[in-house]
Amino acid sequence: MSILVDKSTKLLVQGITGREGLFHTARMIEHGTSVVAGVTPQKGGEWVMGGKVPVFDTVKSAVEATGANTSVIFVPSRFSADAILEAADAGIALIVCITEGIPVQDMMKVRRYLDQMDVRLVGPNCPGLLSPGTAKVGIIPGDIAIAGNIGVVSRSGTLTYEVLHALKENDMGVSTCVGIGGDPINGTSFVDTLELFEADPHTEKVVMIGEIGGTDEELAAEYIRDHMTKQVVAFIAGKTAPPGKRMGHAGAIVEGGEGTAEDKIKALAAAGVVTADQPEEIPGLLQ
Amino acid sequence: MKLHEYQSKQLFAEHGIPIPHGQMTMNASEAKSIAEELGGRVVVKSQVLVGGRGKAGGIRVVNTPDKAEEAATQILGMNIKDLPVRKILIDEAVDIKTEIYLGITNDRTRRCPVMIASAEGGVEIEEVAKTHPDKIVRVWIDPLLGLRDYQARYLAACTEMPREHWREFMSITKGLYQTFMQTDATLAEINPLVITGDKGLMALDGKIVLDDNGLFRHPELAEMRDLDEEAAEEREARKYGLSYVKLDGEIGCMVNGAGLAMATMDVIHLYGGSPANFLDIGGGASAEKVAAAIQIIIRDPNVKAVLFNIFGGITRGDEVARGILAALEKTPTKLPLVVRLVGTNAEEGRHLLAKADMETAVSLADAAQKAIAAAKAVEES
Repeated sequence: MSILVDKSTKLLVQGITGREGLFHTARMIEHGTSVVAGVTPQKGGEWVMGGKVPVFDTVKSAVEATGANTSVIFVPSRFSADAILEAADAGIALIVCITEGIPVQDMMKVRRYLDQMDVRLVGPNCPGLLSPGTAKVGIIPGDIAIAGNIGVVSRSGTLTYEVLHALKENDMGVSTCVGIGGDPINGTSFVDTLELFEADPHTEKVVMIGEIGGTDEELAAEYIRDHMTKQVVAFIAGKTAPPGKRMGHAGAIVEGGEGTAEDKIKALAAAGVVTADQPEEIPGLLQ
Repeated sequence: MKLHEYQSKQLFAEHGIPIPHGQMTMNASEAKSIAEELGGRVVVKSQVLVGGRGKAGGIRVVNTPDKAEEAATQILGMNIKDLPVRKILIDEAVDIKTEIYLGITNDRTRRCPVMIASAEGGVEIEEVAKTHPDKIVRVWIDPLLGLRDYQARYLAACTEMPREHWREFMSITKGLYQTFMQTDATLAEINPLVITGDKGLMALDGKIVLDDNGLFRHPELAEMRDLDEEAAEEREARKYGLSYVKLDGEIGCMVNGAGLAMATMDVIHLYGGSPANFLDIGGGASAEKVAAAIQIIIRDPNVKAVLFNIFGGITRGDEVARGILAALEKTPTKLPLVVRLVGTNAEEGRHLLAKADMETAVSLADAAQKAIAAAKAVEES
């Protein structure tokens, strides 16, 4: 079992005819995901994936024709805010935005609009979701994790793969891996994801991978202290990052003394969460 | 991307915020003629992208054009926090009665812009936050509604703005909000906003930081980037779409992904080493991009060993390996190189690298320890 994506996922790919869109659509299908449609404006009527997936001009027409309930977005950053809004307005329940580099003001407006609707956004600037062996929505390599009972949630991409890889090496399986993304304003937070894992009967333990910037980890620590019955093990990246410098991710910056790794680790420790010194220690801490 | 004071104030003026008459120049004799036009009594202000210009002596008030030229000559010869002063702003001196702080930035936790005001203007707001947190007032703005009149009035009331200036103050808050939104800024700050003896309110100093991700919408603002104010390596890295931050350790790092790059730095530190840089080659890195990254890393004279940590997701291992080999062909180096390659096409990548003389590692801990040992050996030889 898993959260957010499973066999009931009927996936639509926005930007399916681009290089990344085509490459990752093939990987998602290989992993057993039901990809029912693609959208690329002005390419409606075409078919991709060897004639198996129809392409539509608009999300609305794709949803009407195929019943898609989840969308993954691979369109360039300047078109991404529009793509998210289009998916939301077409009634998609779960939107996963992979794209990096969306202007922060676009995301503030998008988030404010989505908050008024019954829709969940994961990302942007994220690797997406993987329920190993069941479904994959995004770009997490499917073969680096096995199915199991550990939930993984992370702000990062390759650092998450690192942890999935370490879990697999130790024969530890994953229920769902959720990449929430490295932007300062995103759709789904640590707290949102922890709530889902806490409620999921098949998730027994959770790995949370945070990094410098913002206060999302501190809020997660409060949630864990007050509501979480399952074990949470954390890793926080960026202990050696200098203040005032953006470390790759738009959201990974210590500003005005806020968002240090030290503060996050302290808040987590106060909530009884053990933080690993390095990613490869995580499997040992879960045993 | 940070803008200079003179650029920030120009943008403020375009959105209806009053600023002093003034002009930027790069030479002292022009400073004199600008001072003459402005009536003699002027402020000569260094334009560098760091704080603390005043304390460093980079801002001076003078009474005559000759003194302006003298001050300009001195300031143009200064270094402020290691940055040589190349530009100065000559502003008319104004009669200051009261100094106020007014700024706007993004509140990440509330996911919306926040406008901040304080009656304690003229000092850094972080300082006020420490010493007089009660003197700071904030209003959170719904980005779909914009700044409302009642919010601007609240700021006026809480900063004890005299009532005869409220209308003007409210128009300035609107102008500041528009500047912030229309330039895709992450910070727009007027400090101080002054009440003058004779000319009403005026933005005496300004600072704008732009969202790099929004620059595609503003080619005219992208052109304002002051290349002189950036480290050469950071400029080079940007050209190739690499994310690079220089640090002062001895282990150069090339990693794919920002989170993994930070974790790599942290693990190096954990084993007693010190990272020379943060470098994320990003997703789908081409051989050309990897080559550029390597050249930037090995140009740093502090670097004694280089650690490559690549986890193949979108970025394929063989692609990275080809990049490393191409770069080494172009820029051969005697520095020890440690490579850790895992994930998609890692096998093919390792096979390619086996031909070159590179040390490989399986775990991150192992890679970090090997790189640290190699760097020590170089230092001792």
